[in-house]
Amino acid sequence: MGSTNSTLSKIPNVEELMQETGFTPAHIVRLYDRFEALDKEKTGHLRPQDFGAINRLAMNPIGDRIIGAFFSPGQETVDFHSFVRILAHFRPADKKRPKDPSMPEPVNSRTSKLKFAFQLYDQDKDGKISRAELLQVLRSMLEMQVTEEQLESIADRTIQEADLDKDDAISFEEFRKSLEKVNIDHKMSIRFLR
Amino acid sequence: TVFSGAIFQKIGYILGTFCGVSKLSICNPTLLIYLCCSSLLFPGLIQREGGSMEQEMGELRRYRTQSISRGEFALSDSFYFYRKGLESIVDDQVTQRFSSEELVSWNLLTRTNHNFHYISLRLTVIWGLGVIIRYCVLFPLRITLAIIGISWLVIGTTLVGFLPNRRVKNWLSELVHLMCYRICARGLSATIQYHNKNNKPQKGGICVANHTSPIDIVILANDGCYAMVGQSHSGLMGVIQRSMVRSCPHVWFERSEMRDRHAVTSRLRAHVAAKRNLPILIFPEGTCINNTSVMMFKKGSFEIGGTIYPVAIKYDPRFGDAFWNSAKYNMVSYLLRMMTSWAIVVNVWYLPPMTRQEGEDATKFANRVKSAIAHQGGLLDMAWDGSLKRDKVKEEFKEHQQKMYSSMVVGKKARNSQEPHTESSKS
Repeated sequence: MGSTNSTLSKIPNVEELMQETGFTPAHIVRLYDRFEALDKEKTGHLRPQDFGAINRLAMNPIGDRIIGAFFSPGQETVDFHSFVRILAHFRPADKKRPKDPSMPEPVNSRTSKLKFAFQLYDQDKDGKISRAELLQVLRSMLEMQVTEEQLESIADRTIQEADLDKDDAISFEEFRKSLEKVNIDHKMSIRFLR
Repeated sequence: TVFSGAIFQKIGYILGTFCGVSKLSICNPTLLIYLCCSSLLFPGLIQREGGSMEQEMGELRRYRTQSISRGEFALSDSFYFYRKGLESIVDDQVTQRFSSEELVSWNLLTRTNHNFHYISLRLTVIWGLGVIIRYCVLFPLRITLAIIGISWLVIGTTLVGFLPNRRVKNWLSELVHLMCYRICARGLSATIQYHNKNNKPQKGGICVANHTSPIDIVILANDGCYAMVGQSHSGLMGVIQRSMVRSCPHVWFERSEMRDRHAVTSRLRAHVAAKRNLPILIFPEGTCINNTSVMMFKKGSFEIGGTIYPVAIKYDPRFGDAFWNSAKYNMVSYLLRMMTSWAIVVNVWYLPPMTRQEGEDATKFANRVKSAIAHQGGLLDMAWDGSLKRDKVKEEFKEHQQKMYSSMVVGKKARNSQEPHTESSKS
């Protein structure tokens, strides 16, 4: 369509972006329009406040964490490329992908999705979800609805179940193992309608 | 001028339809309508799971051996929130409503280079011609009409105001008002179709409609006389308001009075009680919405009592985008945009009158009226508050989500078993 091409030409390095993330040109255009709609001041970058303006996100208990996932540590703005790269984690997996060990893991494979979810828990990026980090997430999701003691007992139980090497923290492997039966592709994917 | 305005309107209609359809290279108008409808029925870019939080969490936890009724937290619970959060980043229902509706197909109305897509030379030439016609031919005609209309409104109502006699004065004032609004409607090239005229609002009633733009007033007043309700302005608007009041009673509030809800309600109630006063015109949404949905009605108008006459207004977006995005355009540039569109094509439905039932509170009544209007106009009935355009979402919504989730984790008797904490421990 004429519209797709004219918008695509506005985005720098769009070929590379499509290759990396696997989005189709139509999807990239949709995301670009969305990016521009969120970028109210037309600076070409998004700041945390721009995300905060989305009402449904503001009422999400872990909305702040999700916003945080878009910003690399120390960065205050996110450009279109990073925006798309993060959203690429939630692209449905390609069913017919040949399992080529020499190619890098695509960004929307099961492992990558799990890694992304893991990072949302593991805020200090030390490769383990400590008890304190788990408590933080629980607190955001439950806040004033449960007491501190209940939160702590939930955290203890969760770690007990998942922690196989008994180091009082959940590593990525343990995280992956405890979720091996969950249909990650279905639950952590966003499908575009058009 | 009025006659030629109508001719141009018809030409614009034909041209618009022709070029809107030819872009799809399908000469089937029903297909075009279907496409426009489908963008209403499936609004949005992404597929959303329709399930509730409980359903989705249940599916996520299916692999676990413990029963869901015992509660417990699962690491996968957060996936539900992640996905919902990311879905809302990609596309959300509310922000969509406060910007103009996106049409499925490009049409001759596009104004700027941003929206303009080069498709073929022929289409570009036709588009260019269209711009010239709209701006250089139609626009001056319309401005003339609008000026004539408004000056006649001011002069006519002032003249009528001098008359002492009641019956003649009312009849004349109705005549003057109707004439002025009809001239103004021609000044916008508005084609209005009224349906169910037998349900037209009667004297002593309250007319309630969905709000898309300030033009709604002109649209409705073309077919009947209403008492307007609003804030008194200064400047040109103030002159118009003061002269209108001279010929028949409208309800204009000072800014300070608006804050006192009780005072507002009692004044409106007094107006309605005088059975010979014209029906009041109120827009309960409180702000302009983009005409694809109806947002929450403020219950104030429904507490006044009396009979409510709901009216649904639906603009055809192919000929003119009537939505006033007050954040983007001020009143003057908005009116300029209106006057350089092809036409304003409107459908107005008068719905049967409604009254508050026994035991129904104002909010429920407001929702009932809102559903009726949304249903008739083919608009989406949304529970969101129109003021969300300006305010951030309240903390209550977030707490509601947390409450729903906590009942799954710790069960319903969450806090009662422990000592209630008066100060919550915030993270």
